[in-house]
Amino acid sequence: MRERKPSLIIACGALVREIRDVLGANRLGDIHLQAIPALYHNRPEKIAPAVAKRIAEARAHYDQIFVAYAECGTGGELDRVISEMGVERLPGAHCYAFFTGVETFADGADDMRSFYLTDFLVRQFDSIIMKGLGLDRHPELRDAYFGNYEKIVYLSQAPTSELMEKAKAAAGRLGLGFEHRPVGYGDLESVLDDRFARI
Amino acid sequence: MADDEDDIILSELNDEELVEQMHQDLYDGLKEEIEEGVNILLERGWQPYHILTKALVEGMRVVGDDFRDGILFVPEVLLAANAMKAGMAILRPLLTDSDAPPQGKIVMGTVKGDIHDIGKNLVGMMMEGAGFEVVDLGINTDADEFMAAIDKHKPDMSGMSALLTTTMPYMKVVIDTLKEKGIRDDLVVLVGGAPLNEEFAMAVGADAYCRDAAVAVETAKTMMARKHNQMAKT
Repeated sequence: MRERKPSLIIACGALVREIRDVLGANRLGDIHLQAIPALYHNRPEKIAPAVAKRIAEARAHYDQIFVAYAECGTGGELDRVISEMGVERLPGAHCYAFFTGVETFADGADDMRSFYLTDFLVRQFDSIIMKGLGLDRHPELRDAYFGNYEKIVYLSQAPTSELMEKAKAAAGRLGLGFEHRPVGYGDLESVLDDRFARI
Repeated sequence: MADDEDDIILSELNDEELVEQMHQDLYDGLKEEIEEGVNILLERGWQPYHILTKALVEGMRVVGDDFRDGILFVPEVLLAANAMKAGMAILRPLLTDSDAPPQGKIVMGTVKGDIHDIGKNLVGMMMEGAGFEVVDLGINTDADEFMAAIDKHKPDMSGMSALLTTTMPYMKVVIDTLKEKGIRDDLVVLVGGAPLNEEFAMAVGADAYCRDAAVAVETAKTMMARKHNQMAKT
């Protein structure tokens, strides 16, 4: 009988902690996790090639491969790649959508002027947002990026008092209002539970 | 800064050196240096149109090329754009129709439900630099606003931008409205934005997908040349 190979999740680095939380220690032994740099959030054209490379390298070693990305602004490239390679991904346009629940998120037409932060983005606000957008060196760019937004919406997965304070401080630094929505893991949890229960 | 012996004194450069330095200053996003350079060239008797094209537009072309090649990123492009805007603000009131033939007119906006405008604003600035008259409808623009602007301004082209996969389908609503009104063939429709691609543009009935500001300008010029050729034949 052929030895069963483990499963692989190729994930955005911004989701690693949450994926571990959802899967828990019991299932992580059978499921391997590879992270692609979360900084590609600001460089979406790099996501599809990076995912394709990881899938190609991993094929021979895993029975199942799953991609823990949403569409993430790749302009259809990620979907083209995973379709060609016979792999599935998380639902929705961005992690904001699947953490909220894709259907619930789609109904949020009044959120047009909201800028979303997840637990990861709150933790990494300085590197991904302030440094990534050049706002640390050039605060004069604030209006170009955020002039049309009205508030930060913190979509929390496992909020702590420290994360709440950081999220509020982020809103203050950007001159925006603040709202907290404790959405939890949303579709990430339901999809991973369903996906890896089928294995 | 004034005491730094490496500081370049722009007024001491000859024309060729100054234009070259302005390309570098634009690349580095140095707004005040660009304003100074524009004013020096004006004082030297340069035509405003030539300052625009040789110093600013040419400088932004290099910025656009390096952005496309992944050498520069969005923050640097924004800083360069801000510097170019500052230079254009000085030149705009001095430019007349006699300086350069108008290339055409475009009505553009970010579609309904979408508030992202960085790309649209870059396209608008580059279009203006290339000699197009730009009517910018801003963000969250619905079909009625597009139609009203098209009716008022009688543009050669319409441009639509979207940054969200959830808002880009609205581009088809706008194009279908043009068809219902029987005016779809009266203008060229360009679309752009990060989640778009060529396939999407064709599916919604646009004339072209423009992946960045430089492509938008070249596409607009090509489309206008084609239109003029067709008019000359009739």
